Amino acid sequence: MSRLSLRGISKSFGAIQALSDVSLDIAPGEVLGLMGDNGAGKSTLVKIVAGNFRPSQGAMSIDGDQVDFHKPLDAQRGGVEVVYQDLALCDNLTAASNVFLGREPRRSLAGIPILDYATMHRRSAELFASLKSETRPRDLVKRMSGGQRQAVAIARTLLSNAKIVLMDEPTAAISVRQVAEVLDLIHRLSDQGISVVLISHRMPDVFAVCSRIAVLRRGKLVCSKPANDSSPEEVTGLITGAIEMA
Amino acid sequence: MTTLEQAIGHSQHHSPVSRIVNSQIFWVFAAAVLACIALSLLTDSFATQRNLFNVTRNFAFVGLIAIGMTTVIASGGIDLSVGSSVVLAAMVISVLMSAGHPFWISAIVALAAAAAVGFTNGILIAYVGMPAFVVTLGMLSAARSLAMVLSNNKMIWEFGPDHDLLLWIGGGSTLGLPHPIYALALLTIVMSVVYRWTRWGQYVFAIGGNEHAATLTGIPVKRIKVSIYMFSALTAGVAGILMAGWLGSVTTNLGQAMELTVIAAAVIGGANLAGGQGTALGAVIGALLIEVIRNSLILLGISTFWQGMFIGCFIIIAVAFDRIRNLGSQD
Ligand SMILES: Nc1ncnc2c1ncn2[C@@H]1O[C@H](COP(=O)(O)OP(=O)(O)OP(=O)(O)O)[C@@H](O)[C@H]1O
Ligand SMILES: [Mg+2]
Repeated sequence: MSRLSLRGISKSFGAIQALSDVSLDIAPGEVLGLMGDNGAGKSTLVKIVAGNFRPSQGAMSIDGDQVDFHKPLDAQRGGVEVVYQDLALCDNLTAASNVFLGREPRRSLAGIPILDYATMHRRSAELFASLKSETRPRDLVKRMSGGQRQAVAIARTLLSNAKIVLMDEPTAAISVRQVAEVLDLIHRLSDQGISVVLISHRMPDVFAVCSRIAVLRRGKLVCSKPANDSSPEEVTGLITGAIEMA
Repeated sequence: MTTLEQAIGHSQHHSPVSRIVNSQIFWVFAAAVLACIALSLLTDSFATQRNLFNVTRNFAFVGLIAIGMTTVIASGGIDLSVGSSVVLAAMVISVLMSAGHPFWISAIVALAAAAAVGFTNGILIAYVGMPAFVVTLGMLSAARSLAMVLSNNKMIWEFGPDHDLLLWIGGGSTLGLPHPIYALALLTIVMSVVYRWTRWGQYVFAIGGNEHAATLTGIPVKRIKVSIYMFSALTAGVAGILMAGWLGSVTTNLGQAMELTVIAAAVIGGANLAGGQGTALGAVIGALLIEVIRNSLILLGISTFWQGMFIGCFIIIAVAFDRIRNLGSQD
């Protein structure tokens, strides 16, 4: 059964047809590279899955269950997590506080609920270890490297037992070494059976980490196939329109 | 070779001593203590019981509101209307008490009036999306005007049947310490715990650190912001009630220009105007330093016209220090 299944998804913003009739399946643990030119509709598709927009037409299901997200919180409850491009972290808080932000565990002290820092530190240390990242739960995020910040953002998604993690251009503005760290983290997610949708304009990253490639051109899906059956040349042709469909 | 688990479990190499010496609160406290020592040596009047009593009580009023202000500043906002919340609360309680109502009922209505000021601020800032500076500047004018309308701009010094109770609560002392100091100590302890150990405290700092991120994680940012401005106004309301009892009379210029002193205390105590930082203890120690300086100007016979100059310079120096520290940690 597919983890995420999109059937005939269309989305228009007034006169602009951002997506037309997109059908796509992603298996558990699969890493899908979503490619396309600027304005092709990649972010729009991801935002529909994340509950930011509702599709004008079409249906969506997760693990076989039909879903209809009205707001991002609905998607989160449905097992969809988003790693935002700017990572959306609070620099002034610790790694552990960021991992648990908005869902802090509490314990009772004389009937008063107080934050359970012991649990927060222990659980985040476990999550960082599972990501093989040297990130210390008690460190402030503002003193962290780009790779460690990525680990914090990704540990957030692990905490909620996400089924699908969406990443919109996570490697757009970071150094080569940090890109390698992010790709490593994506492998770890996939190892744990989590499906990942990665939007990127960087062909080498996509081929390094993705098991499936999908290409959007002017809102239409023109390709969805295993990465092994494709090549950077073919994908470039599909993006530009030199190759009509594959 | 260290394993991954060891590396993750490693804490940062900061001894308790270096942590203390690196904190702004430590240096502000040291400056206040030094000023006290110098004043005791230079003047006969500083170390008298009467003067110390006055200093502690005066700084308690500023300290109380500075804790509210620190909360606002830590969330990335500002509240310029606190001085007007002070006079509104003081005027409401004195008008009601002079009309014969008991202290407790009058105090609750006065606090409700202050809370309404904070609620209005919060709604306009969080839900309408207006800048805190503009909203609270408007409220500074509006709330004081309301206090003038209430009192018909007359001085009130007769507080009805509970007259003596009000004077005792605001101006009396127990075990040698003025009552406002007890209120300040209690609020400092409670808020230190709240900042660190409650979700509300965590969210105040998260909103100040990255409001967008806080929203994305599902934190009810708007509701929390409203509660923050209500809290700030309530600290001003409590200070207003205590000041009414201390002065024994209330006029419509009570608390005028107090917002500047309070913001100065918060900033000197380590609250970051960019949001995300601040402590209750810092606010109190910032207030202490300002009051000691103010007192010393009087005792040393320096014209009180210089007070504004000192407070202004202190704000700028405190922010400059913050800048320098940030430069040092970025490389
Ligand atoms: N909120 C919106 N309102 C109106 N039009 C929109 C909105 N969001 C996207 N669009 C339009 O939909 C189309 C697809 O945009 P989208 O952001 O999905 O592209 P993209 O593939 O992510 O591009 P890029 O690579 O530049 O990020 C574009 O024509 C864009 O202008
Ligand atoms: Mg995009």
